[in-house]
Amino acid sequence: MPAEIYLNVAVSGLLTGLVYGLMALGLSVIFGVVRVVNFAHGEMMTLAMYLAVVLFSAFKLDPLLMMVPIAAVLFVLGYALQMGLINPFITRPEHSQFMLLVAIAIILVNGLLIVFGPDARSVQTSYAYDSFAVGPLIVDATKTYAGLAAIAVAAALFAFFRFAPLGKAIRACADNYTGALVVGLDVKRLYALTFGLGAACVGAAGAMLVLIIDVTPQLGPAYTLLAFVIVITGGLGSMPGALVGGVLIGMTEAMAGLLFTPSAKSMFAFAILVLVLLFRPQGILGKQLS
Amino acid sequence: MKRHTNMTRRRLLAGAAATTTFLAAPTIVRAQGGALKVGVLLPRSGVQASIGQDCQRGADLSVSLLKSLGYPDITLMNADTETNVDVARTRAEKLIADGAQLLVGAFDSGQSTAIAQVAEQKGIPFVINIAAAPPITEQGYKFVFRNFPTAPMILGDAFANQKELFEAAGAAPKTVVFMHVNDTFGMAMKGGIGAVMPKFNMPYQIVEQISYDPAARDLSVELAKAKATGAEALMVVSRLNDAILLTREMVKQRWSPMAVLSMGPGWYEDQYLKTLGKLADGPLSFVPWFDPNKKLSKQLEAALAKAHPDINLNTNHVYTFEALLVAADAFKRAKSTDPKALADAIRATDITDNVSPGPGIKFDAKGQNDKLKDSAIQNRGGKLVTVAPKVAANAKVEWPMKPYDKR
Repeated sequence: MPAEIYLNVAVSGLLTGLVYGLMALGLSVIFGVVRVVNFAHGEMMTLAMYLAVVLFSAFKLDPLLMMVPIAAVLFVLGYALQMGLINPFITRPEHSQFMLLVAIAIILVNGLLIVFGPDARSVQTSYAYDSFAVGPLIVDATKTYAGLAAIAVAAALFAFFRFAPLGKAIRACADNYTGALVVGLDVKRLYALTFGLGAACVGAAGAMLVLIIDVTPQLGPAYTLLAFVIVITGGLGSMPGALVGGVLIGMTEAMAGLLFTPSAKSMFAFAILVLVLLFRPQGILGKQLS
Repeated sequence: MKRHTNMTRRRLLAGAAATTTFLAAPTIVRAQGGALKVGVLLPRSGVQASIGQDCQRGADLSVSLLKSLGYPDITLMNADTETNVDVARTRAEKLIADGAQLLVGAFDSGQSTAIAQVAEQKGIPFVINIAAAPPITEQGYKFVFRNFPTAPMILGDAFANQKELFEAAGAAPKTVVFMHVNDTFGMAMKGGIGAVMPKFNMPYQIVEQISYDPAARDLSVELAKAKATGAEALMVVSRLNDAILLTREMVKQRWSPMAVLSMGPGWYEDQYLKTLGKLADGPLSFVPWFDPNKKLSKQLEAALAKAHPDINLNTNHVYTFEALLVAADAFKRAKSTDPKALADAIRATDITDNVSPGPGIKFDAKGQNDKLKDSAIQNRGGKLVTVAPKVAANAKVEWPMKPYDKR
């Protein structure tokens, strides 16, 4: 096999992994603060992908340009979900939260099926089939744009949580719930903002992913599972961990497909998960639980 | 009191029997003079939803077309199998309980096998529209009929048609890389190709076999491996979504093989053509198809164009229509909705005015139409042309495939 194929596949895995990472980042943000596991995560991303498809087919608006408006729509949806439905479940047992979010996921899948039907839909941008040739290296243009956009969105989110007063308040809620209440923070509103931010992340990831893959209503559950694998590998609740996990899973899948057999790509991703759970249960960048 | 004692048990029984006969009479009259109730079982939701709905289009337009051809009325009783074998079985039972006198379906071999068991048990004729697994018609069933080629028939015709095309083009690939889905269908086709290909003395060698998950979201690695083999052509057994993904990757990774030889669905489907536009042109698919030169094919094509102007006639419409054609023809000859009479009439089917390639529709002792022929079709400008076999062709093959970067 020619040597350049290894480099091509590694770069492709890295770029796909970055978008995976951004998608999983939303899940990690929500769990890290609200301590609710969003079982409708992949379905929310599918909704964002359909929004991108509709905007493109109706107005020829490029998904990369629409990333911010789509993220804003998902933010509003996430905020409303947390305020209206999830906040009352915060103090209830985990299985109640699980059932609620699974119900939301099922409603989303079937709603999309009713509205858009079962056929796969895609966005055909002018650069959909472009690739960059750098010596022997051929890099997929859409994956490059999506990967760069994922880095930009993740950097903006890190900056928000590190420097913005609102971001610091949210981190305070995550670190000490009682303390946050004592100092007078409106925890329920901050939870809703956090869920909104997580949903916005997944919205941005959906707008990028629609450039790489076609969307069907049934796509959601597979991506919910993938997001779980990534955040558990990277460290549940750790934002850098989600990105690291995404890149690791993306590259593992790519290299396993090349070096072994493509049929076993997912097997290797799950093997990484099992190894992490065995030897570092808190995830690669997760904090050790006391 | 005296009047009361006149009502004996015998009189009561006779009265009840007379009342029952009176009430049942209209039903019997209706069954003899009314339409044939056909239960149509298709996977209209679930993983196979888009194909099931495509088959349903074929079923829906059949009713009026068959009537215009002089066949008696049929009424469709539609049921969704949800791409699930157990659901297919229970829906078949329910359709029969609701009065279906004949069943048609179910696109998929697993679901069709389950329905065949129910049909045989209840003694209701079942005409399979699409399902290629050979065992379905090897069980000695008396009520199960299939007007669709089995997997060995499909593969045999595929290699024969390839040789015909290579001869017509005056060129053939010396090496191919074989990519296939790793589901039941893909693995069965892989096994079948391994068994059937040596009998045909093909001019090419398979240099590598690459299997992949049909639900794969990204096939860049798989295609990079295929490209790295340096094979002259790509042979593929795929589904729709992966066919689109593979084509995109060929364009992005700048690989234009001499030909794409597809031995399954995906590459000729409407969604493939619409999604990829000019990039969809060129691939050859070796599939159960229709003879574009037959009169009824033109009528069916016109009926579909009227109902769905943006959809090309394909396997799903053709074989669902022919299953209903078999049903209507049997009903016409049997002049009865009695299941046994219908099954006997189907067994004696001899339709020469049909759509699929070959001499017509006739079933062997096992209930299989073993005279069916498959075609080679090529995508050209958003349409599909038949390029082999010569007797059922309406165009010459374009060979080699135009490189993707020259379109």
